[in-house]
Amino acid sequence: MVNKTQIRIALRNCGLINPERIEEYISEKGYMALGKVLTEMSQEEAVNIIIDSGLRGRGGAGFPTGIKWDYARKSVSDQKYVVCNADEGDPGAFMDRSILEGDPHSVLEAMAICGYCIGADKGLVYIRAEYPLAIERLNIAITQAREFGLLGDDIMGSGFSFDIEIRYGAGAFVCGEETALIHSMEGERGEPSLKPPFPAESGYLGKPTNVNNVETLANIPVIYLKGADWFSGIGTEKSKGTKVFALAGKVNNVGLIEVPMGTTLREVIYEIGGGIREGKKFKAVQTGGPSGGCLTEKHLDTPIDYDNLIANGSMMGSGGMIVMDEDNCMVSIAKFYLDFTVEESCGKCAPCRIGNKRLNELLGRICEGKGTEADLDRLRNLGEVIKDTSLCGLGQSSPNPVLSTLDNFYDEYISHVRDKKCPSGVCKDLMEYFIIEENCVGCTACARACPVGAITGERKEPHLINPEICIMCGACMEKCKFDAVILK
Amino acid sequence: MDLIKLKIDGKVVEVPTGTTIYKAAKELGIDIPVLCYMDLKNLNIENKPGGCRICSVEVEGRRNLAPSCSTDVAEGMNVKTNSVRVINARRTVMELILSDHPKDCLTCAKSGNCDLQSMAQKLGIREIPGQEYAEMSTYRLDTSPSIIRDMDKCIMCRRCETMCNDFQTVGALHAVNRGFEAVVAPAFEMNLEYSSCTYCGQCVAVCPTGALTEVDHTNKVIAALNNPNKTVVVQTAPAVRAALGEEFGLEPGTRVTGKMVTALKNLGFDYVFDTDFAADLTIMEEGTELLDRLSKHLNGDKDVKLPILTSCCPSWVNFFEYHFPEMKDIPSTARSPQQMFGSIAKTYFAEKIGIDRKEMVVVSIMPCLAKKYECQRDEFKVDGNPDVDISISTRELAHLIKQANMDLVGMEDSDFDKPMGESTGAGVIFGVTGGVIEAATRTAYELHTGKSLESVDFKQLRGMEGIRSASVDFDGLEIKIGIAHGLGNARKLLEDIKAGKSEYHAIEIMACPGGCIGGGGQPYHHGDASILTARTKAIFDEDEGKVLRKSHENPDIIKLYEEFLDKPMSEKAHHLLHTHYFNKKKKTFEV
Repeated sequence: MVNKTQIRIALRNCGLINPERIEEYISEKGYMALGKVLTEMSQEEAVNIIIDSGLRGRGGAGFPTGIKWDYARKSVSDQKYVVCNADEGDPGAFMDRSILEGDPHSVLEAMAICGYCIGADKGLVYIRAEYPLAIERLNIAITQAREFGLLGDDIMGSGFSFDIEIRYGAGAFVCGEETALIHSMEGERGEPSLKPPFPAESGYLGKPTNVNNVETLANIPVIYLKGADWFSGIGTEKSKGTKVFALAGKVNNVGLIEVPMGTTLREVIYEIGGGIREGKKFKAVQTGGPSGGCLTEKHLDTPIDYDNLIANGSMMGSGGMIVMDEDNCMVSIAKFYLDFTVEESCGKCAPCRIGNKRLNELLGRICEGKGTEADLDRLRNLGEVIKDTSLCGLGQSSPNPVLSTLDNFYDEYISHVRDKKCPSGVCKDLMEYFIIEENCVGCTACARACPVGAITGERKEPHLINPEICIMCGACMEKCKFDAVILK
Repeated sequence: MDLIKLKIDGKVVEVPTGTTIYKAAKELGIDIPVLCYMDLKNLNIENKPGGCRICSVEVEGRRNLAPSCSTDVAEGMNVKTNSVRVINARRTVMELILSDHPKDCLTCAKSGNCDLQSMAQKLGIREIPGQEYAEMSTYRLDTSPSIIRDMDKCIMCRRCETMCNDFQTVGALHAVNRGFEAVVAPAFEMNLEYSSCTYCGQCVAVCPTGALTEVDHTNKVIAALNNPNKTVVVQTAPAVRAALGEEFGLEPGTRVTGKMVTALKNLGFDYVFDTDFAADLTIMEEGTELLDRLSKHLNGDKDVKLPILTSCCPSWVNFFEYHFPEMKDIPSTARSPQQMFGSIAKTYFAEKIGIDRKEMVVVSIMPCLAKKYECQRDEFKVDGNPDVDISISTRELAHLIKQANMDLVGMEDSDFDKPMGESTGAGVIFGVTGGVIEAATRTAYELHTGKSLESVDFKQLRGMEGIRSASVDFDGLEIKIGIAHGLGNARKLLEDIKAGKSEYHAIEIMACPGGCIGGGGQPYHHGDASILTARTKAIFDEDEGKVLRKSHENPDIIKLYEEFLDKPMSEKAHHLLHTHYFNKKKKTFEV
């Protein structure tokens, strides 16, 4: 999916080199950045380059990476750690996996650079066990890097030592939250704890720890090779560089894309994505994974960056991007995401543990036609309180799909609760079998098939279904040869 | 220390760096409601997972609300604890918590003592929106010999975990499962009975709801009292008298010994005796054992190990049997006072009144839940008949008294019955940390030196610090004594012994904070640790008021040896008053 609007930084080597051969990575200037940092820069100088580049965390929250490194650098301790967060958990997102499978050395090199910058000699990759190929390639890469003297003692004769080991996660979404991730690595229950203390002060085993996401790290070596100015020249004022998205849903071209920050949603959906499938109408795009929000037509020309997305009720997240068309029911979409967060809440704090469950129940009732207008107020209040009071990023963002659809698609909610109709025809409980008068030839096949006698009509005259009697078995639709029976 | 100036609800306050918003607000007299938070001051136990979010407050410039229990103050902070946003959030979160909590307050063991119930009242919750279709998380009921887990009532405050893991280092309870299904449970979701639980009951002592409660045996007691064929004998542990009054509205630290005896007599117990008597007996046995082991050790007998550890706390016994089975030869073989009492009651005393042991029911009133387990142990039964039949807690006794329409406060004082009601001050102080070893010192000193003590108060052994050490001069022989309360502290001393680093001759260990006065069966302290201090004072006051303060001077104990036991550590005493320990490490995997 090559397109002029795409720039590949994080994905620069993916698909182009053999990830199982370190020589190929080196031939693409691999480990040159590490060499440069180790031989030419002080820790402070090296950190300043990342600060100057304006790189922000690609895992979701968008915290400035250089500042994070600087905190960890300034923490005084006999032992520090660099952690790579490869616990990619958003449904349908596979950015980190692609980088680890396609270019594992870029991540290892960046971890070593970070180790030098903050004064750590140990790196840990926390990766979900569901990524066997990524794990295999990481292991190969680590072994090769050690053989080449690029990991281990006295790297490149600089006196700096750094080694990396892999820790497996069991696939809990919340373990992507850095404090939960650290607890999980320590063998504790994978649940977040309050910050402060931040990991930069007290992280893995109580020692200063810097946690970065895979994609963030993949950007690092290039920044040293091409310079902070080059990197900060790409993107918007506050969001620099590129972002990898997993474009999915109702667009013609799906897959991983990497675009400069500031690219509009319209460019992504219509130019890169090739527009909506089957010529249908665009309805919404969901960014930021399960805890992001749904953006609409009116947001299509908004440049994508961290701050714009938040201002519009969504978020960057780790880069999930799901496009929806007129056939998607937004209430069901909100419920789909809530199903996920209810499943993935760790259960530590009450608003997330119970609140999301209740949100989900309310959405379920609305989809079943049991909702009331008062329920919509309750949805909003509950959503806002959950955001306001939850302990970690998961709960603080889990109501986003509900709140953003309430904001942008209130009419659809109203149809569900007041008219008991699902305009997109998704909510089965809100649908009725209906005969289109123009198509019906009065063959009586449907009336004969109906087991409860809900269909009436004279021969050769249009028939009628009585919804009061209908048991929704669908026999009429099956029998009709003229596409006269529809479900709506 | 740097002071930080901030504003809470428009009022300025200055507090040291590192103070939480919750504590800073307290300085101003603003009482921010907290539910999961618990601070047992001077015991160094603080539970602040930031989980319930009831204490959320608004901090100007902050995106979301801050949990005040675990958010530190910052210079210039402007905090609102009662804005519409805060009040709405607090009530909504409370409604959420209640929406997943059973509504059986009328029959719940914790009703009236439930922190969740009082919080719902405080916040004025009158309905729970959507309750009719809200799904409830459910979990199987788990009953053990001492503790019942009804996890449907768990609100994930994690206080029990803090006690079990951080304070006791027992590690029986931990959060399991995710999200709505999350509960606190033993590893692999086993029943408590098969876990490493020692039944110390500290989880019950801090549980804000009815999720963790004691196994209630009051009905068994009522049945025994109403059985004309049974002679019902009751013993009351020292810590009970220092706390029972709280259940009847008396100030913490009010002693109700005489009133309690009257109440027990009115309830219909045939003989009201005192566990303190058995405590004196314990000192005779344990003190003698100490001196015996000490002199053998000093004479170079390599088979005799020191230090000797006390063995009156059943939770502590469970602890070393499970966690340190390789050290089971170190503790004293003396049975606990509860079991010594039962053993003597069903032999010596049964003979005296001319009945068979099977016609006697021995009930014990204990501040403790582990005692319920202890009295069921096979080694404390004769032909299947237990030495102590029923053990109930201080709280259960209060229920019994209330059910019988009695007003404890207005009762006259009565004396314990003879002969097993006579006790010394040494027996009384068994109820507090350091008390057993102080009692033992009083007796061992005099038996060893042949001299009379000038002062029986060994103040160097007292206090609330988790681990204490002191030296006592036994007429030229320096005896080093260690004291620990809380099993986490005990663990440290045990690790030292294991590593050969311990210098102590004798160590006293109590599982509960403050000793038995802080036991799992005592009236709920609701996170107020000053109650434990008040109870401690009550115990020492009772000791000081006693004419006899040394166990070996108890006339009925002297008589017991003369008439029945011969002498401490005699064969008969061994048979009736001593025990042996088991390796329980494997119990988990036998299931």
